[in-house]
Amino acid sequence: MNNALIIGQYVPGNSLIHRLDPRTKITVVFFFVIIVFFANNVPTYSLLTAFSVLCVLISRVPLRFILKGLLPVWFLIIFTFILHLIITNEGNLLVDWGFIKIYSGGVIQGFAISLRFFLLILTTSLLTLTTTPIEITDAMEEMLHPLKKIKFPVHELALMMSISLRFIPTLMQETDKISRAQAARGVDFRTGPVKDRVMAVIPLLVPLFVSAFKRAEDLAMAMEARGYQGGEGRSKLRELHVGTKDILVLTGFVLMLVALFVLRQ
Amino acid sequence: MEIQFKDVSYIYQENTPFAHKALEHISFTVNSGSFVAVIGHTGSGKSTLIQHLNGLSLPSRGEINIGDFHLSADGKPKNIRDLRRKVGVVFQYPEHQLFEETVAKDIAFGPKNFGVEQEEIDRRIEKLLPAVGLPKEILERSPFDLSGGQKRRVAIAGVLAMAPQVLVLDEPTAGLDPRGQREIMDMFYQLHQEQNLTTVLVTHSMEDALAYADKIIILNKGQKYMEGHPLDVFKQAEKLQEVQLGLPEVIHFLNQYNERFGTSLTYQYQPMPELAKEIKKRLEVGSHE
Amino acid sequence: MDRKKLVEFKNVSFQYEEEGALVLNQVSFDIYEGEWVAIIGHNGSGKSTIAKLLNGLLMPKDGEIIVDGKRVDDDTVWDIRKDVGMVFQNPDNQFVGATVQDDVAFGMENRGIPREEMRERIQRTLSAVRMQDYLITEPHRLSGGQKQRVAIASVLAIAPKVLILDEATAMLDPTGRKEIMHTVNDIQESEGLSLITITHDLQEIVQADRVIVMNKGQIWEETTPRELFLQREELREIGLDVPFVAQLTDELRKQGVPLKEAALNHEELLEELWKFNSKM
Repeated sequence: MNNALIIGQYVPGNSLIHRLDPRTKITVVFFFVIIVFFANNVPTYSLLTAFSVLCVLISRVPLRFILKGLLPVWFLIIFTFILHLIITNEGNLLVDWGFIKIYSGGVIQGFAISLRFFLLILTTSLLTLTTTPIEITDAMEEMLHPLKKIKFPVHELALMMSISLRFIPTLMQETDKISRAQAARGVDFRTGPVKDRVMAVIPLLVPLFVSAFKRAEDLAMAMEARGYQGGEGRSKLRELHVGTKDILVLTGFVLMLVALFVLRQ
Repeated sequence: MEIQFKDVSYIYQENTPFAHKALEHISFTVNSGSFVAVIGHTGSGKSTLIQHLNGLSLPSRGEINIGDFHLSADGKPKNIRDLRRKVGVVFQYPEHQLFEETVAKDIAFGPKNFGVEQEEIDRRIEKLLPAVGLPKEILERSPFDLSGGQKRRVAIAGVLAMAPQVLVLDEPTAGLDPRGQREIMDMFYQLHQEQNLTTVLVTHSMEDALAYADKIIILNKGQKYMEGHPLDVFKQAEKLQEVQLGLPEVIHFLNQYNERFGTSLTYQYQPMPELAKEIKKRLEVGSHE
Repeated sequence: MDRKKLVEFKNVSFQYEEEGALVLNQVSFDIYEGEWVAIIGHNGSGKSTIAKLLNGLLMPKDGEIIVDGKRVDDDTVWDIRKDVGMVFQNPDNQFVGATVQDDVAFGMENRGIPREEMRERIQRTLSAVRMQDYLITEPHRLSGGQKQRVAIASVLAIAPKVLILDEATAMLDPTGRKEIMHTVNDIQESEGLSLITITHDLQEIVQADRVIVMNKGQIWEETTPRELFLQREELREIGLDVPFVAQLTDELRKQGVPLKEAALNHEELLEELWKFNSKM
């Protein structure tokens, strides 16, 4: 069983970052994503970088997990860098190969934009690395609570999310099982012409859907039998708690915001 | 076909932090035409072992010979499709693999993949239906409209239609009621004898192992724990108890009987009336002393 | 005896589709407080339909069902679900929560039970099914038997008067089956609730006070396990298996060994034989 895939990105731990209220983490990440775009000089970029690196250090998430999370976006970061390098024509001319001219402004610009991108990905992945999906769901439900006034189905959405998360491992096992059974009946998922391989998905998908519907039906019945009637009048076992550490972290974050705007040009 | 495991080990996700030994140094031989029961708790390695029988998994160490096919860590043999055709696997809850619009198409799916002509498939289906206890009318119906027991039979027919020489059964009666269980097992046993199949039955049921198998292999934590003729294996009650496995009820009862009455009745596949006679005889003998 | 009737089925009929066959045909029975009743029958005999009717997941076409004095209908159904807890067959498809404690909480959350009370009941019910060490375990790390025990705890947490196990052991391995039967035994003794176990395994009815045998949508027999074990041929006819002990008792009788009662287990049969032996 592929545990790494099943739990999603979450890396269990007990650091300050892990223990923060998920709402605090989401708020910080949300604003961080915005203010990254306000950095415009060396001091401001340094400040944001220092903040992110500090968070990573405090979280004690092993570096390889963070790098693994960044792996798919490396390409984008490098691409952005090169793009800016080529397009920008400000500052001193550094390289001139005729068809490609690289200016100092391009280097600076490319570096700045890539760094911005890098910081964005780093902080958001740190959120998912230190927060279980169910905590994120809870936090979303709480934070979107005001939307209930305009009849937005916040509770239903959160329940749907948590049930989906709960069934991901189950359905993955199921996929595994069915693909083995069909392979035993001569289906080849890996070789052969593309058309055949696409067709090979049908014997996998049909049973998977049938079983998912059956599960959904069973689950609906089980939930009804246990008295589920929608969000009205429900209590909640899970409790989100804003503590001193959350206040401190938020205060620190606000201070950093102030510093950022002071240092800005 | 003869099946031979030589010092087979299988490691899941080798060279990762999640590596986990599912099979360790397993060796055994299943003679061609024999009926072998593989017994063990959930997680004992039974499912992994099954996947080696048709090359869905390859051993990490050691080698496997099935008829002329050779499986080892060196990679898939070229004729793996031939192997899969000759080794039919009925997985647990096989009805979950049904997907075609009609029963006929679903049964034909396996043989078609292996290039069997439609005419030949039709001929096979005609012979198969009575054997698995399905009426002909069912062929044009959707498999999803059938009862649970019928679905199971359709799925089994889908494997048998490949005309395998080795039949691997992974708890084929799970979830059925007693009548269904008996009918399905009797059916497999009859096929086993009529078509001279080599059958590997993975089961939790000591009763089935006793009733059908001529050899039992007991797995525990990925290792072979015991191997032998059912009557010999079931003589070792204590050794079985050590891994939380019980005895078939009839043997268990006779052990208790012997202990209480100081007799030495043994189970030799006597039918129930025979057994009752023996017990009565001992009672009479005992009372005259 | 002055026992309180907890469940009454009065001439209940049911069919899934308008023109479909009757799944239940004029079924009547009573279940008393604190009693353990096993409902047994082959697949399709209508036994699971009874369970679903009992807590209003289905409504009868004819007849009425009374639970603790209340008639089951659309107005009372949510009250009745508080009194009638149910554990289903598939361990995976009834596990709602992200972890064990979330799952046990689910039913209580639906009823607005305060958090402190929930925590207390989670501890208590998980201990009752011996799962207290798995509070924050995720379902895919549990065995089938463990999941079913959590399902039982989830039902106990809402303090029902009747607990129904609808083929709750059918998908489990022998170890899981033993776990559940063990748990059920404990609970019946300690919680004093009425228990309805639906099964096709005659081994699982031995401890029940009473057995209702279903066949083709009708009650075929209502009796005690001991009496039922005597009806060997008849049971086989309706697709059920006769336990080994009952078969052997039967054969011994045919051989002229005068065994009085049907034995329920090895020990009883050995005891009977011992008596016979010393008389000779």
